[in-house]
Amino acid sequence: MIRKLTLPALAALGLMTGAAQAAESGGHIHNVRFSFDGPFGSYDQQQLQRGLKIYTEVCSACHGLRYVPIRTLGDPGGPELPEDQVRAYAGNFEVFDPELDDTRPATPNDHFPKSSLPNAPDLSLMAKARAGFHGPLGTGINQLLFGIGGPEYITAILTSYTGKTREQAGVTYYENTAFSTGWIAMPPPLAGDDVEFDDGHSSELHHEAEDVSAFLMWAAEPKMMGRKRAGFVAVTFLILLSVLLYLTNKRIWKPVKKAAKEA
Amino acid sequence: MSGIPHDHYEPKTKAEKWVESRLPIIGLIHGTIMIPTPKNLNWMWIWGIILAFCLALQIVTGIVLVMHYTPHVDLAFASVEHIMRDVNGGYMLRYLHANGASLFFFAVYLHIFRGLYYGSYKAPREITWIIGMIIYLLMMATGFMGYVLPWGQMSFWGATVITGLFGAIPFVGEALQTWLLGGPAVDNATLNRFFSLHYLLPFVIAGLVIVHIWAFHSTGNNNPTGVEVRRDSKANAEKDTLPFWPYFVIKDLFALAVVLAVFFAIVGFMPNFLGHPDNYTEANPLATPAHIVPEWYFLPFYAILRAFTADVWVVMFFDWISGGIIDAKFFGVLAMFGAIIAMALVPWLDTSRVRSGRYRPSFKYWFWLLALDFMVLMWAGAMPAEPPYSIISLIGATYWFAYFFVILPLLGLFERPDTPPATIEDDFKAHYGAKPSEPAE
Repeated sequence: MIRKLTLPALAALGLMTGAAQAAESGGHIHNVRFSFDGPFGSYDQQQLQRGLKIYTEVCSACHGLRYVPIRTLGDPGGPELPEDQVRAYAGNFEVFDPELDDTRPATPNDHFPKSSLPNAPDLSLMAKARAGFHGPLGTGINQLLFGIGGPEYITAILTSYTGKTREQAGVTYYENTAFSTGWIAMPPPLAGDDVEFDDGHSSELHHEAEDVSAFLMWAAEPKMMGRKRAGFVAVTFLILLSVLLYLTNKRIWKPVKKAAKEA
Repeated sequence: MSGIPHDHYEPKTKAEKWVESRLPIIGLIHGTIMIPTPKNLNWMWIWGIILAFCLALQIVTGIVLVMHYTPHVDLAFASVEHIMRDVNGGYMLRYLHANGASLFFFAVYLHIFRGLYYGSYKAPREITWIIGMIIYLLMMATGFMGYVLPWGQMSFWGATVITGLFGAIPFVGEALQTWLLGGPAVDNATLNRFFSLHYLLPFVIAGLVIVHIWAFHSTGNNNPTGVEVRRDSKANAEKDTLPFWPYFVIKDLFALAVVLAVFFAIVGFMPNFLGHPDNYTEANPLATPAHIVPEWYFLPFYAILRAFTADVWVVMFFDWISGGIIDAKFFGVLAMFGAIIAMALVPWLDTSRVRSGRYRPSFKYWFWLLALDFMVLMWAGAMPAEPPYSIISLIGATYWFAYFFVILPLLGLFERPDTPPATIEDDFKAHYGAKPSEPAE
């Protein structure tokens, strides 16, 4: 029996090491206990709203969220802003309308604008495009409990500036121990107390960094809660079905095996 | 269909007779479902059903995804995000489809290695094996082209690297590569033809699956003993076999439900486990990722491709003897395709008169070493092309070829195999008669 299980087990192991492909990340990324970690985790609505505020007041000066429709800010499982607030929020942005051949204030049906600074990457999928964790032993299985480490990577970038700068070909680089090369072109965006939260939450640097990372995780994976729910329903019913099929199988084979024993 | 003596379908009602005399389709379905199947099949014989399910899953989810996807370099990435955000259940469809490909390959590798261990490729099942290998090749082509469609960074650079392999072919390579890509580089023409072929090939696979099943229904299934079902009388055949329905259908469905429980846990809770984070960045022809890594199911052969660098003496020898036509790059390509062709040729490379590895004492060790070799190559393929990984890949690749071209042919001549049981019935009785507490197999 053990030998018969070895092949699938080896294959599974190979599958996992194959998946554990080193992504570029500089220093060690520390785990943050986000509310959405693990199969039972869900987004913290308050945290997403705080993160949205940081994104709006700080990040959006240079970065865009071009794949995120503004209306989804009101979707269940997200920041869940009331409809009037979503409408008012959309009005903060100007979008180009090809039909008018001019810009107009955005409506909830528009997407967030693109990055206004050409070198600033779009943040829509940043939390899924970077992986901070590959453990244990490079297999990546830990992501079942901790996620792939995308939001942790963002938190680490935002909090790992050393304060040193250097100039190269007219561009200022800032030393950042979490970045792959150690020097990043983005000036430190957060210093602590950059925003004042409506819910009175602390705006220390690491709180701000975690809140905006959580928001960006939502921006990258807005349907995470629906996905996990579907996963639970599917796994529960399949286990139930497995038990029923196991018993059916046992019953069908019983006379055949009994005959073999008696013969 | 089967040559194993058994009861055939006889239409009883008037309606059945009416249909059957015009199109014997009820008899065909009956013959397929009720086929006599060796009663001693173990749990490694479930992967066929899993594979059939995977093909259906991929076709169904794929057809719906196509309704929302746009094959254009400027729109493809955004249309995938549209599927993930705006399409009802779109995120589930896409994650099922992406992870479904991994389940498909996971199952096919276990299916292939089961065949290698129990000698399922041996006479008279060579055609079943060859068709299976063609299906596997088409699966690889389909999987590769499907990975290009989201137009992420790994899509683009994976496509660039893999199509570059064809450019290594002497004389015609560059022209061939341009013809495949529809231009000098991976671009909109490439995306469009890959999309077209990614939609077409699964139906070719479906057709070949029918031929695959037809072939082994004609020869009968192999089984863990490798001993053929007795065909001298119906009574003897019935001692060795049970009809596929309900005995094996229910068993296979049970296995499918267990596998799917794990599959849905991955889709629900860690859907990006097997993907590469770089593919969530839109393709950019001006920015090369630090490591270009193919999907996990290509890694063993990718490792073989990269193992034969210009400083390996075999490569140097061929380079010299061919006057530079077979350079290191082309040698790597030949080795990669050769590794798959070696598997396809195994019916004629294995000289042993005993079919099943269960009764071949030395073969067992070489086989498990091959399975381990496959895992090591998969791991080495994910690592950067530098020492020590390049040396490990070279050793792994050497063993792969040695197994098929040296060990298997010689082993059949020198190995002294054990005696398999006389009949499948004996094996079944030995299993369930002697040890009543043994769990079901």
